[in-house]
Order: sequence, then C-alpha cells, then structure tokens
Amino acid sequence: MDILINALEQMFTPATAAFAIAAIGLNFHFGLTGLLNMGQAGFMLLGMYGYAISVREGLPMWAAILVAMGAAILFGLLLGWPTLKLRGDYLAIVTIAAAEIVRYVGRSNTLVEVTGGSLGIKGKDYKGPLEDLSPFPDERITVGPFTYHGSASDSWWLRVVAWVLVALFLLLFWRLSNSPWGRVLKGIREDEDAVRSLGKNVYWYKMQALIIGGVIGALGGVIWAHGSAVVADAMGRPTTFWVWTILLLGGAATVMGPVVGSVVFWAALSLIRAVAKAFIPESILPSTAIEPFGLMLVGIALILLVVFRPQGILGNKKELAFHA
Amino acid sequence: MPDTTVLDGVAHEPGVAKPDPILIADGVVRRFGGLTAVNVGHFEVQRNTITALIGPNGAGKSTFFNLLTSFDTAQEGSGTFDGKPLRKVSPHKVARSGMVRTFQLTKALEGMSVMENMRLGAQDQPGESLLTAFVPPLWKSREREITEQAHDLLHRFKLYEKRDDSAGSLSGGQRKLLEMARALMSKPTMVMLDEPMAGVNPALTESLLEHIIELKDEGMTVLFVEHDMHMVRRISDWVAVMAQGELIAEGPASTVMQNAAVQDAYLGAHHDTDLGEDL
Repeated sequence: MDILINALEQMFTPATAAFAIAAIGLNFHFGLTGLLNMGQAGFMLLGMYGYAISVREGLPMWAAILVAMGAAILFGLLLGWPTLKLRGDYLAIVTIAAAEIVRYVGRSNTLVEVTGGSLGIKGKDYKGPLEDLSPFPDERITVGPFTYHGSASDSWWLRVVAWVLVALFLLLFWRLSNSPWGRVLKGIREDEDAVRSLGKNVYWYKMQALIIGGVIGALGGVIWAHGSAVVADAMGRPTTFWVWTILLLGGAATVMGPVVGSVVFWAALSLIRAVAKAFIPESILPSTAIEPFGLMLVGIALILLVVFRPQGILGNKKELAFHA
Repeated sequence: MPDTTVLDGVAHEPGVAKPDPILIADGVVRRFGGLTAVNVGHFEVQRNTITALIGPNGAGKSTFFNLLTSFDTAQEGSGTFDGKPLRKVSPHKVARSGMVRTFQLTKALEGMSVMENMRLGAQDQPGESLLTAFVPPLWKSREREITEQAHDLLHRFKLYEKRDDSAGSLSGGQRKLLEMARALMSKPTMVMLDEPMAGVNPALTESLLEHIIELKDEGMTVLFVEHDMHMVRRISDWVAVMAQGELIAEGPASTVMQNAAVQDAYLGAHHDTDLGEDL
C-alpha cells in the first residue's frame, strides 16, 4: 500500500511538473519542428542559474524570471545561429556539447563566487520570494494520505504553482500548434526545402521554435530548483535523456504527451525501486544497486517503446514516430 | 499544337533574346570542385509560355534549375525575375516574389493532411507570425479565404475527396498533383516544375499535361525540366537544350530535335533515347 501511495505522490511532485514543462519545451523543438535539441538540460540549468543568482543578488522575483528567460533566449540564439542553416544533426551535436559546457562552467572553481561551484547555490539564497507569496499556512498540512509543508521548499504551494505553470504551457502549446504558425513548423519538420519553396523563412521559424522551447525549458529548471537546489551536476546528459524519454513515452507532437510521459515515467521509476527493494533480497540486489537497476529498466522500457509503440502513449503514428 | 505565335520571330539559337522575358539568366557558372556543372552564357524565358529545359543525364538541368530558384548559389552570374534581381536572394524570397517550384523527388509533407499541405502554400497569412498566432480572430478570416481557395484547387486537381487524408497516403502521381496544387495556392506568376512526370503512372500523365496547359491559359509562365520527349513535344512552346552544363540549342520542339548538336548530345550520351516523332 505504501508503495502505491509513494508512486501516487511521485506523480505530482514539483520535479515531475518541472520535467513535464521541460518536455513541453522539447515538444516545440522536436514534436512540432523536428529540431534535435540534445541539450535541454543546458537550457534548464541556465534558467536555474539566471533565477537563483538574480534573487541572491537582490533583484525582485519578476526581474529574476526575466533574467532566466533572457539567458535561454541568448543561449538559443547562440546555438541556432550557426547550426539552423545546416542539416539537423549539427544542432544535436552542438546542443549536447553546449549543455555540457554550461554545466562544466557552472561547477568550475573559478566561478565559485557566482555559481557556487560543484556545491551549487543553497535553497535559502533564492527560494524566499516564491515562498513569501504562498497563501498557505507555514506548517505541515495533511490531505488524505499526503503530508507536505504549506509553503517551504517541497511544499503544497510549489505544487500548485508548478502545475498551474504546466497548464499554462499546455495551453500555449495547444494554441500555437493549432495556428498557421504551428502549421509552418510542422511543415519544416516534414521537409524544410518544401516549406522554403512555399515562401516561408525556414531559418527564422526554426530559431523561434528553438527559443520558445528553450525558454520553457529554463522555466522548468526554475521550478525544479525550487523543489531541490541549484546544482550543476543534476543537469547533465542524463537529464536531457530523461526529458527525451518523457516526450517520446507520452507522444511527441501531442498536447498532453509531455505531461502523461512525465507522470508515467516518475511513477514507474518509483514503483520499480520500491518493488525491487521490497521483493529482491539484499544478497542479490544490494540497496546501492537499486537506483541503477531502476534506470536500467527505464532503458529497456524505452527500447520496448520504440519497437512496439513508436508513436508513444498518445501519439499518432501517421504524424510522428520513430523511423526504423 | 500550342500557340507559339509570339515566339515566331525569334531566332532558333541558344541564348537568343525574347520579346518579353520574365526570367533572365546571365553568365551563370556553377562549379563543384573542379567540375563545371553549369556554364550558361545567357538564357531568357518568354512570359506566359511553356518552356521545356531538356538534355541528357548529367547535362546540368537540375543544377541550373536550382540556381534559378536560389536553392543553390552560383559562383558567377546574375539574373532577374520580373525585373527584380535574383543574385544572392534567399529561396523563400524568390518564392514570395512569384516564382514557385516543385521538386523532382516529390515533397509532399507526409505527416500532414492534404488540406494542411494546401493551406501552407498560401501567402500573406497573418497567423503565420508568432504574435498574431495567439489571437485567432486576427487570422480566422484569412484562414477561411485560403480554405475556400484550397477547395477550388482540390476540386480542379481531383483531390477534394482526399482532403482530410494524410498526404503520406497518396499515390506517387497524386503527390505530384498535390505539390502542383499547393504551389498554386501562392498565386504565382511563374511555375517551375522539376520533372513533373517522373514516376507518374500513364493514367495520370494526361491530366497532369492538361493542368500544365491550364497554367498557361491562366496567364502563368511555366519552365519545366523533363526527360519524356513525347510530353515535351505535346505541351511546350519553346525548348532549351543543355549538354555538359551549357545551353546548346533553343527553338520550337520540332526544330530543336532536328538540330545536329542536340542529336549528337543525345546520341553521344545514350543512343537509344526516344526523341519522339514530328507530327
């Protein structure tokens, strides 16, 4: 029973929402436009740094949010400018490298005064402004089987903010993907030369998609940072890989895919861990091996997904699927 | 036979000037490494005619075609379309100025419906800019307009029944038709067709030919690359022949096929090529 409740809790954590948001951003990139952004974690990390450093240095909350968004816009321009004129693979290569550069610069000792080095930025330095806005009491609140603090850190308040933000971005994606603008992006995903021949500025559309998805990813990072902390190494390649898994699991190019993907992904991961811990004896699977074991099963699940349901849970096979 | 009277007084020689050219290319050179793929001294396309660009394989037709539509950039040369310079203009701007093209390997957008393919072809859509996309009232009326325009074109190209199917479910010939119909959504003045008959089954060939002739009747100019000489003879007012990157002959189909240089180029390349018969 505890295992199930734990899995249920995992469905609605701020982290789950943060990954759903990052996956909505990636859905603009890959689902709509076909851009292979392999560095979504880099956008998330830049958003986290942008927000946390701004708040620590005394900027008001709205300005910190603008800084986070601005950092993602600059990063998108920088990555897109040389690569969006080239074939799709180049963007993948450049984004994966650039995201790693952001992480390494963030954790380097040289910048320890700014980014906190590998230890990162402590929660008390930047979580204040959002927590101060909380309408909930400053104590632990129990609703049904769930108990969280009202306002601090991993709180009810953060859950509300995070999921409202998810809803807003879903609405944004729905509106834009069903507009003529979204139609141009889908055309680019199918064949950019054809869209060019119809008089559309493909380069500029790809840039817009890259930036919008990146900004959304950065805001996902800000939410993630409020649920835990700003640590560079939490936003490495595995994070980008998870965001991709979530998007493909839920169904790329669908509105709800990223949310379904994130909820299923984190709940399944928690279930696997708990079941492994409860039923596999310590002598066969030591507790330190449970984490990698869970991720290994996720990898196997992804392979099965590609084989048996290449369009994801909600996707339309005719529109977008893995090509064998 | 199509009406060729306007070109009657024009000499049958490569690079000849036309009475009212819509497209002019001058000194166009495209090299790939040491190989000169295209080296065309001068070429003009007469407004409101159907001009065929022919030549043996490897003659540089498709490369020249890509240069004219800005999908490739020449090392040397200049050109104008409808009086506007073409040099170093990006391909989407060429398309917007009224010269749309199709592709040898058909580019139907397979993951999208036939209708969405058509809508994508239309110009001046306010909803295609990011900020207005948020506010449907700003683009809904234009959307209705282009939907109606698309319905008319789909009826004409006999694709109306397929409008909600994904373009990926169409046959090869239907995709060619869709690509042509989609190009017409932009109300172009000039249509560039890269091998419109390639891979089209004989049943559809006839209707494709009719459609191309209709374009001319509606006032458009057509330039097309083609291998099938029977088709070239059927519909073209004027034929330009390329071989080894150069323009070697121009004239009406019947004259050009008699030209010794043309026969040499074809016979030298592959002597079983069917040049068609004079009618």
